[in-house]
Amino acid sequence: MIFIDASSWIFNNSGTFFNAFNRHLLMCVLSLGIAFVIAVPLGFVVARAPRAAFAVVNFAGALRSIPSLAILSATMPFLGIGLLPSVIALIVLAVPPLLLNTIIGIREIDASVIDAADGMGMSAGQMLWEIELPLAVPAILSGVRTSAIQVIGGAALASFIGGGGLGDFINAGIAIMNMPRLLVGAVPIALLAIFAELAFGALERLFTQRR
Amino acid sequence: MKWVPKHLDRLFEALLEHLYLVFSSVGIALVISLIVGIWAARRPRSFAVIVIFTGILFAVPSLALFALLIPIMGIGAAPAITGLAAYSLMILIRNIGMGFQAIPRDILEAADGMGYGTARRIWEVELPLAMPYIVGGLRIAMVTVIGIATVAAYINAGGLGVIIFEGIDQRFPEKIIAGGLLTSFLALFADYCFASFEKLLRRRSGGKVV
Repeated sequence: MIFIDASSWIFNNSGTFFNAFNRHLLMCVLSLGIAFVIAVPLGFVVARAPRAAFAVVNFAGALRSIPSLAILSATMPFLGIGLLPSVIALIVLAVPPLLLNTIIGIREIDASVIDAADGMGMSAGQMLWEIELPLAVPAILSGVRTSAIQVIGGAALASFIGGGGLGDFINAGIAIMNMPRLLVGAVPIALLAIFAELAFGALERLFTQRR
Repeated sequence: MKWVPKHLDRLFEALLEHLYLVFSSVGIALVISLIVGIWAARRPRSFAVIVIFTGILFAVPSLALFALLIPIMGIGAAPAITGLAAYSLMILIRNIGMGFQAIPRDILEAADGMGYGTARRIWEVELPLAMPYIVGGLRIAMVTVIGIATVAAYINAGGLGVIIFEGIDQRFPEKIIAGGLLTSFLALFADYCFASFEKLLRRRSGGKVV
Protein backbone atom coordinates (compact mmCIF):
# COMPACT_ATOMS: atom_id res chain seq x y z
CA MET A 1 0.00 0.00 0.00
CA ILE A 2 2.72 2.47 0.93
CA PHE A 3 4.40 1.76 -2.39
CA ILE A 4 1.29 3.04 -4.17
CA ASP A 5 1.20 6.08 -1.88
CA ALA A 6 4.87 6.70 -2.62
CA SER A 7 4.41 6.47 -6.38
CA SER A 8 1.40 8.74 -6.34
CA TRP A 9 3.38 11.25 -4.29
CA ILE A 10 6.11 11.19 -6.94
CA PHE A 11 3.46 11.56 -9.65
CA ASN A 12 1.84 14.56 -7.93
CA ASN A 13 5.13 16.21 -6.99
CA SER A 14 7.19 15.24 -9.98
CA GLY A 15 8.90 18.67 -10.09
CA THR A 16 10.18 18.37 -6.52
CA PHE A 17 11.14 14.75 -7.05
CA PHE A 18 13.12 15.33 -10.21
CA ASN A 19 14.86 18.37 -8.74
CA ALA A 20 16.15 16.17 -5.95
CA PHE A 21 16.91 13.32 -8.32
CA ASN A 22 18.90 15.55 -10.67
CA ARG A 23 20.72 17.09 -7.72
CA HIS A 24 21.64 13.60 -6.55
CA LEU A 25 22.92 12.65 -9.98
CA LEU A 26 24.79 15.93 -10.35
CA MET A 27 26.60 15.36 -7.05
CA CYS A 28 27.53 11.81 -8.05
CA VAL A 29 28.69 12.55 -11.59
CA LEU A 30 30.61 15.68 -10.62
CA SER A 31 32.48 14.05 -7.73
CA LEU A 32 33.12 10.81 -9.58
CA GLY A 33 34.45 12.72 -12.59
CA ILE A 34 36.78 14.92 -10.54
CA ALA A 35 37.95 11.93 -8.49
CA PHE A 36 38.70 10.04 -11.71
CA VAL A 37 40.79 12.92 -13.08
CA ILE A 38 42.76 13.06 -9.82
CA ALA A 39 43.13 9.38 -8.97
CA VAL A 40 43.87 7.64 -12.27
CA PRO A 41 46.81 9.82 -13.41
CA LEU A 42 48.16 9.80 -9.85
CA GLY A 43 47.90 6.03 -9.83
CA PHE A 44 49.91 5.81 -13.04
CA VAL A 45 52.60 8.14 -11.72
CA VAL A 46 52.88 6.34 -8.41
CA ALA A 47 52.54 2.70 -9.50
CA ARG A 48 56.10 2.35 -10.80
CA ALA A 49 57.72 3.95 -7.76
CA PRO A 50 57.55 1.35 -4.99
CA ARG A 51 58.11 3.71 -2.10
CA ALA A 52 55.56 6.28 -3.27
CA ALA A 53 53.09 3.51 -4.06
CA PHE A 54 53.50 2.09 -0.56
CA ALA A 55 52.78 5.48 1.01
CA VAL A 56 49.81 6.16 -1.25
CA VAL A 57 48.29 2.70 -0.76
CA ASN A 58 48.51 3.01 3.00
CA PHE A 59 47.12 6.52 3.00
CA ALA A 60 44.21 5.50 0.78
CA GLY A 61 43.57 2.47 2.99
CA ALA A 62 43.43 4.64 6.09
CA LEU A 63 41.13 7.08 4.30
CA ARG A 64 38.78 4.20 3.52
CA SER A 65 38.48 3.34 7.19
CA ILE A 66 36.87 6.70 7.95
CA PRO A 67 33.09 6.30 7.79
CA SER A 68 31.33 8.16 4.96
CA LEU A 69 29.18 10.00 7.48
CA ALA A 70 32.27 11.34 9.25
CA ILE A 71 33.89 12.50 5.99
CA LEU A 72 30.73 14.31 4.93
CA SER A 73 30.12 15.97 8.26
CA ALA A 74 33.79 16.89 8.69
CA THR A 75 33.65 19.18 5.64
CA MET A 76 30.88 21.25 7.19
CA PRO A 77 32.98 23.18 9.73
CA PHE A 78 35.38 24.24 6.95
CA LEU A 79 33.11 24.76 3.97
CA GLY A 80 29.68 25.33 5.45
CA ILE A 81 26.60 23.68 4.00
CA GLY A 82 25.41 23.15 0.45
CA LEU A 83 26.66 21.56 -2.75
CA LEU A 84 30.39 22.39 -2.53
CA PRO A 85 31.16 20.64 0.80
CA SER A 86 29.12 17.63 -0.31
CA VAL A 87 30.97 17.30 -3.60
CA ILE A 88 34.36 17.71 -1.89
CA ALA A 89 33.46 15.02 0.63
CA LEU A 90 32.25 12.69 -2.11
CA ILE A 91 35.53 13.19 -3.98
CA VAL A 92 37.38 12.14 -0.83
CA LEU A 93 35.17 9.04 -0.74
CA ALA A 94 35.68 8.22 -4.41
CA VAL A 95 39.45 8.68 -4.71
CA PRO A 96 40.76 5.72 -2.62
CA PRO A 97 39.07 2.86 -4.51
CA LEU A 98 40.01 4.41 -7.87
CA LEU A 99 43.59 4.97 -6.80
CA LEU A 100 44.04 1.51 -5.30
CA ASN A 101 42.55 -0.23 -8.32
CA THR A 102 44.62 1.77 -10.79
CA ILE A 103 47.81 0.89 -8.94
CA ILE A 104 46.81 -2.79 -8.75
CA GLY A 105 45.91 -2.78 -12.44
CA ILE A 106 49.30 -1.46 -13.51
CA ARG A 107 51.26 -3.64 -11.13
CA GLU A 108 49.59 -6.78 -12.34
CA ILE A 109 50.70 -6.23 -15.91
CA ASP A 110 53.07 -9.03 -16.81
CA ALA A 111 56.69 -7.83 -16.67
CA SER A 112 57.46 -9.73 -19.87
CA VAL A 113 54.87 -7.63 -21.74
CA ILE A 114 56.67 -4.48 -20.64
CA ASP A 115 60.04 -5.99 -21.60
CA ALA A 116 58.71 -6.94 -25.01
CA ALA A 117 57.34 -3.45 -25.60
CA ASP A 118 60.68 -2.03 -24.48
CA GLY A 119 62.50 -4.34 -26.85
CA MET A 120 60.28 -3.22 -29.71
CA GLY A 121 61.60 0.28 -29.07
CA MET A 122 58.39 1.81 -27.75
CA SER A 123 58.74 5.21 -26.13
CA ALA A 124 57.41 5.85 -22.64
CA GLY A 125 54.38 7.61 -24.12
CA GLN A 126 53.61 4.77 -26.51
CA MET A 127 54.02 2.29 -23.70
CA LEU A 128 51.49 4.20 -21.60
CA TRP A 129 48.83 4.57 -24.28
CA GLU A 130 49.24 1.30 -26.11
CA ILE A 131 50.23 -1.14 -23.39
CA GLU A 132 49.69 0.01 -19.81
CA LEU A 133 46.40 1.87 -20.16
CA PRO A 134 44.52 -0.81 -22.15
CA LEU A 135 45.74 -3.58 -19.85
CA ALA A 136 44.81 -1.68 -16.70
CA VAL A 137 41.30 -0.79 -17.92
CA PRO A 138 39.43 -3.71 -16.28
CA ALA A 139 40.99 -2.96 -12.89
CA ILE A 140 40.28 0.75 -13.27
CA LEU A 141 36.66 0.02 -14.20
CA SER A 142 36.34 -2.12 -11.11
CA GLY A 143 37.54 0.90 -9.13
CA VAL A 144 35.00 3.11 -10.89
CA ARG A 145 32.25 0.70 -9.90
CA THR A 146 33.27 0.68 -6.23
CA SER A 147 33.61 4.46 -6.22
CA ALA A 148 30.25 4.96 -7.92
CA ILE A 149 28.51 2.86 -5.27
CA GLN A 150 30.33 4.75 -2.52
CA VAL A 151 29.37 8.08 -4.03
CA ILE A 152 25.69 7.20 -4.57
CA GLY A 153 25.40 6.08 -0.96
CA GLY A 154 27.42 9.05 0.29
CA ALA A 155 25.24 11.45 -1.65
CA ALA A 156 22.26 10.11 0.31
CA LEU A 157 24.02 11.28 3.48
CA ALA A 158 24.76 14.69 1.93
CA SER A 159 21.23 15.67 2.91
CA PHE A 160 22.46 15.93 6.52
CA ILE A 161 24.85 18.75 5.59
CA GLY A 162 22.39 20.54 3.36
CA GLY A 163 23.63 19.05 0.11
CA GLY A 164 20.15 18.17 -1.07
CA GLY A 165 19.45 15.13 -3.20
CA LEU A 166 17.18 12.16 -2.63
CA GLY A 167 18.30 11.85 0.98
CA ASP A 168 16.08 14.86 1.70
CA PHE A 169 13.00 12.65 1.31
CA ILE A 170 14.38 10.10 3.77
CA ASN A 171 15.13 12.91 6.19
CA ALA A 172 11.66 14.38 5.85
CA GLY A 173 10.08 10.93 6.03
CA ILE A 174 11.78 10.13 9.33
CA ALA A 175 11.14 13.59 10.78
CA ILE A 176 7.38 13.35 10.26
CA MET A 177 7.26 9.51 10.35
CA ASN A 178 5.72 9.42 6.92
CA MET A 179 6.44 5.99 5.43
CA PRO A 180 5.57 6.74 1.79
CA ARG A 181 7.90 9.77 1.86
CA LEU A 182 10.65 7.58 3.26
CA LEU A 183 10.28 5.26 0.27
CA VAL A 184 10.28 8.16 -2.19
CA GLY A 185 13.89 8.67 -1.11
CA ALA A 186 15.01 5.13 -0.28
CA VAL A 187 13.75 3.19 -3.32
CA PRO A 188 15.28 5.45 -6.03
CA ILE A 189 18.60 5.59 -4.13
CA ALA A 190 18.67 1.80 -3.86
CA LEU A 191 17.75 1.39 -7.54
CA LEU A 192 20.37 3.91 -8.61
CA ALA A 193 23.07 2.02 -6.73
CA ILE A 194 21.94 -1.35 -8.08
CA PHE A 195 21.88 0.08 -11.60
CA ALA A 196 25.43 1.43 -11.20
CA GLU A 197 26.61 -1.93 -9.87
CA LEU A 198 25.10 -3.84 -12.79
CA ALA A 199 26.10 -1.36 -15.50
CA PHE A 200 29.73 -0.98 -14.44
CA GLY A 201 29.91 -4.71 -13.77
CA ALA A 202 28.79 -5.40 -17.34
CA LEU A 203 31.26 -2.86 -18.71
CA GLU A 204 34.04 -4.48 -16.68
CA ARG A 205 33.22 -7.95 -18.05
CA LEU A 206 33.12 -6.57 -21.59
CA PHE A 207 36.62 -5.15 -21.30
CA THR A 208 37.99 -8.21 -19.51
CA GLN A 209 36.74 -10.53 -22.25
CA ARG A 210 38.23 -8.41 -25.00
CA ARG A 211 41.68 -8.90 -23.60
CA MET B 1 39.66 20.27 22.55
CA LYS B 2 37.34 21.25 25.36
CA TRP B 3 34.43 18.91 24.96
CA VAL B 4 36.26 15.59 24.70
CA PRO B 5 38.19 15.58 28.04
CA LYS B 6 35.01 16.45 29.94
CA HIS B 7 32.87 13.83 28.27
CA LEU B 8 35.07 10.76 28.19
CA ASP B 9 32.38 8.70 29.91
CA ARG B 10 29.86 9.75 27.28
CA LEU B 11 32.28 8.74 24.51
CA PHE B 12 32.99 5.43 26.21
CA GLU B 13 29.28 4.71 26.48
CA ALA B 14 28.82 5.46 22.77
CA LEU B 15 31.78 3.21 21.98
CA LEU B 16 30.20 0.33 23.92
CA GLU B 17 26.89 0.84 22.12
CA HIS B 18 28.77 0.83 18.84
CA LEU B 19 30.55 -2.40 19.72
CA TYR B 20 27.24 -3.94 20.73
CA LEU B 21 25.74 -3.10 17.32
CA VAL B 22 28.80 -4.43 15.50
CA PHE B 23 29.25 -7.67 17.43
CA SER B 24 25.59 -8.62 17.55
CA SER B 25 25.06 -8.02 13.84
CA VAL B 26 28.28 -9.71 12.69
CA GLY B 27 27.63 -12.57 15.16
CA ILE B 28 24.15 -13.22 13.81
CA ALA B 29 25.45 -12.98 10.26
CA LEU B 30 28.28 -15.43 10.99
CA VAL B 31 25.91 -18.14 12.21
CA ILE B 32 23.59 -17.77 9.23
CA SER B 33 26.37 -17.52 6.67
CA LEU B 34 28.17 -20.61 8.02
CA ILE B 35 25.01 -22.60 7.42
CA VAL B 36 24.32 -21.09 3.99
CA GLY B 37 27.99 -21.05 2.99
CA ILE B 38 28.59 -24.72 3.81
CA TRP B 39 25.35 -25.66 2.08
CA ALA B 40 26.15 -23.61 -1.03
CA ALA B 41 29.81 -24.58 -1.35
CA ARG B 42 28.92 -28.01 -2.77
CA ARG B 43 26.34 -26.53 -5.15
CA PRO B 44 28.30 -24.33 -7.58
CA ARG B 45 25.22 -23.12 -9.42
CA SER B 46 23.33 -21.99 -6.32
CA PHE B 47 26.52 -20.45 -5.02
CA ALA B 48 26.99 -18.43 -8.23
CA VAL B 49 23.41 -17.14 -7.94
CA ILE B 50 23.95 -16.26 -4.27
CA VAL B 51 27.18 -14.40 -5.08
CA ILE B 52 25.52 -12.31 -7.79
CA PHE B 53 22.47 -11.63 -5.67
CA THR B 54 24.46 -10.60 -2.57
CA GLY B 55 26.72 -8.42 -4.72
CA ILE B 56 23.70 -6.49 -5.97
CA LEU B 57 22.21 -6.15 -2.49
CA PHE B 58 25.54 -4.99 -1.11
CA ALA B 59 25.39 -1.99 -3.44
CA VAL B 60 22.28 -0.65 -1.69
CA PRO B 61 23.38 2.39 0.36
CA SER B 62 23.12 2.10 4.14
CA LEU B 63 20.75 5.02 4.61
CA ALA B 64 18.38 3.63 1.99
CA LEU B 65 18.50 0.15 3.52
CA PHE B 66 17.73 1.46 7.01
CA ALA B 67 14.94 3.61 5.58
CA LEU B 68 13.46 0.58 3.82
CA LEU B 69 13.49 -1.36 7.09
CA ILE B 70 11.63 1.34 9.06
CA PRO B 71 8.12 0.60 7.67
CA ILE B 72 8.61 -3.05 8.66
CA MET B 73 10.54 -2.83 11.92
CA GLY B 74 10.18 0.76 13.13
CA ILE B 75 13.21 2.56 14.54
CA GLY B 76 15.78 1.54 17.14
CA ALA B 77 18.42 -1.14 17.53
CA ALA B 78 16.41 -3.98 15.93
CA PRO B 79 16.24 -2.58 12.36
CA ALA B 80 19.81 -1.32 12.71
CA ILE B 81 21.16 -4.75 13.68
CA THR B 82 19.09 -6.34 10.91
CA GLY B 83 20.51 -3.96 8.32
CA LEU B 84 24.08 -4.34 9.56
CA ALA B 85 23.70 -8.12 9.69
CA ALA B 86 22.49 -8.05 6.08
CA TYR B 87 25.67 -6.29 4.97
CA SER B 88 27.89 -8.72 6.90
CA LEU B 89 25.93 -11.65 5.50
CA MET B 90 26.76 -10.63 1.95
CA ILE B 91 30.49 -10.48 2.71
CA LEU B 92 30.60 -13.60 4.87
CA ILE B 93 28.62 -15.98 2.65
CA ARG B 94 30.90 -15.15 -0.25
CA ASN B 95 34.09 -15.74 1.75
CA ILE B 96 32.89 -18.81 3.59
CA GLY B 97 31.61 -20.40 0.38
CA MET B 98 34.95 -19.75 -1.33
CA GLY B 99 36.83 -21.13 1.67
CA PHE B 100 34.95 -24.40 1.55
CA GLN B 101 35.22 -24.60 -2.22
CA ALA B 102 38.99 -24.17 -2.03
CA ILE B 103 39.43 -27.41 -0.06
CA PRO B 104 41.02 -29.96 -2.41
CA ARG B 105 38.70 -32.82 -3.34
CA ASP B 106 41.19 -35.52 -2.39
CA ILE B 107 41.24 -34.29 1.20
CA LEU B 108 37.48 -34.71 1.36
CA GLU B 109 37.74 -38.14 -0.21
CA ALA B 110 40.44 -39.14 2.25
CA ALA B 111 38.18 -38.11 5.12
CA ASP B 112 35.32 -40.09 3.61
CA GLY B 113 37.60 -43.06 3.15
CA MET B 114 38.60 -42.90 6.80
CA GLY B 115 34.93 -43.28 7.65
CA TYR B 116 34.21 -39.72 8.73
CA GLY B 117 30.52 -38.83 8.74
CA THR B 118 29.42 -35.56 7.11
CA ALA B 119 29.15 -33.69 10.42
CA ARG B 120 32.52 -34.90 11.65
CA ARG B 121 34.15 -34.14 8.31
CA ILE B 122 32.80 -30.59 8.33
CA TRP B 123 33.79 -30.03 11.94
CA GLU B 124 37.24 -31.65 12.01
CA VAL B 125 38.48 -31.28 8.43
CA GLU B 126 36.67 -28.62 6.45
CA LEU B 127 36.13 -25.96 9.10
CA PRO B 128 39.80 -25.75 10.15
CA LEU B 129 40.91 -25.63 6.51
CA ALA B 130 38.40 -22.91 5.64
CA MET B 131 39.26 -20.91 8.76
CA PRO B 132 41.61 -18.38 7.09
CA TYR B 133 38.83 -17.49 4.65
CA ILE B 134 36.27 -17.19 7.41
CA VAL B 135 38.53 -14.89 9.41
CA GLY B 136 39.31 -12.90 6.24
CA GLY B 137 35.59 -12.45 5.66
CA LEU B 138 35.05 -11.46 9.29
CA ARG B 139 37.75 -8.84 8.91
CA ILE B 140 36.06 -7.16 5.93
CA ALA B 141 32.63 -7.48 7.56
CA MET B 142 33.83 -5.91 10.82
CA VAL B 143 35.52 -2.95 9.13
CA THR B 144 32.51 -2.33 6.87
CA VAL B 145 29.97 -2.61 9.66
CA ILE B 146 31.95 -0.38 12.03
CA GLY B 147 31.72 2.39 9.44
CA ILE B 148 28.10 1.85 8.45
CA ALA B 149 26.96 1.58 12.08
CA THR B 150 27.50 5.36 12.42
CA VAL B 151 24.51 5.87 10.12
CA ALA B 152 22.43 3.62 12.38
CA ALA B 153 22.42 6.40 14.97
CA TYR B 154 20.01 8.18 12.67
CA ILE B 155 17.36 5.56 13.34
CA ASN B 156 17.91 5.76 17.10
CA ALA B 157 20.20 2.77 17.41
CA GLY B 158 22.88 4.64 19.42
CA GLY B 159 26.62 4.23 18.97
CA LEU B 160 29.36 6.62 17.90
CA GLY B 161 27.19 8.02 15.14
CA VAL B 162 25.17 9.80 17.82
CA ILE B 163 28.17 11.99 18.62
CA ILE B 164 28.64 12.81 14.92
CA PHE B 165 24.96 13.66 14.42
CA GLU B 166 24.98 15.84 17.55
CA GLY B 167 27.97 17.64 16.10
CA ILE B 168 26.11 18.25 12.84
CA ASP B 169 22.98 19.52 14.59
CA GLN B 170 24.85 21.76 17.00
CA ARG B 171 27.44 22.95 14.45
CA PHE B 172 30.07 21.60 16.81
CA PRO B 173 33.14 20.40 14.84
CA GLU B 174 34.87 18.86 17.83
CA LYS B 175 32.08 16.31 18.29
CA ILE B 176 32.07 15.45 14.57
CA ILE B 177 35.82 14.89 14.58
CA ALA B 178 35.84 13.01 17.90
CA GLY B 179 33.10 10.64 16.75
CA GLY B 180 34.61 10.19 13.30
CA LEU B 181 38.16 9.59 14.48
CA LEU B 182 37.10 7.18 17.20
CA THR B 183 35.14 5.17 14.62
CA SER B 184 38.11 5.13 12.23
CA PHE B 185 40.49 4.00 14.97
CA LEU B 186 38.06 1.24 15.87
CA ALA B 187 37.94 0.13 12.22
CA LEU B 188 41.73 0.23 11.84
CA PHE B 189 42.19 -1.65 15.11
CA ALA B 190 39.72 -4.36 14.07
CA ASP B 191 41.43 -4.58 10.69
CA TYR B 192 44.84 -5.00 12.34
CA CYS B 193 43.64 -7.65 14.81
CA PHE B 194 41.87 -9.77 12.22
CA ALA B 195 44.71 -9.40 9.71
CA SER B 196 47.20 -10.70 12.30
CA PHE B 197 44.90 -13.57 13.18
CA GLU B 198 44.42 -14.42 9.51
CA LYS B 199 48.18 -14.40 8.93
CA LEU B 200 48.70 -16.70 11.92
CA LEU B 201 46.09 -19.15 10.64
CA ARG B 202 47.56 -19.18 7.15
CA ARG B 203 51.02 -19.84 8.51
CA ARG B 204 49.67 -22.70 10.65
CA SER B 205 47.99 -24.36 7.72
CA GLY B 206 51.44 -24.50 6.18
CA GLY B 207 50.52 -22.27 3.27
CA LYS B 208 48.89 -25.26 1.59
CA VAL B 209 45.50 -23.64 1.41
CA VAL B 210 46.06 -20.55 -0.67
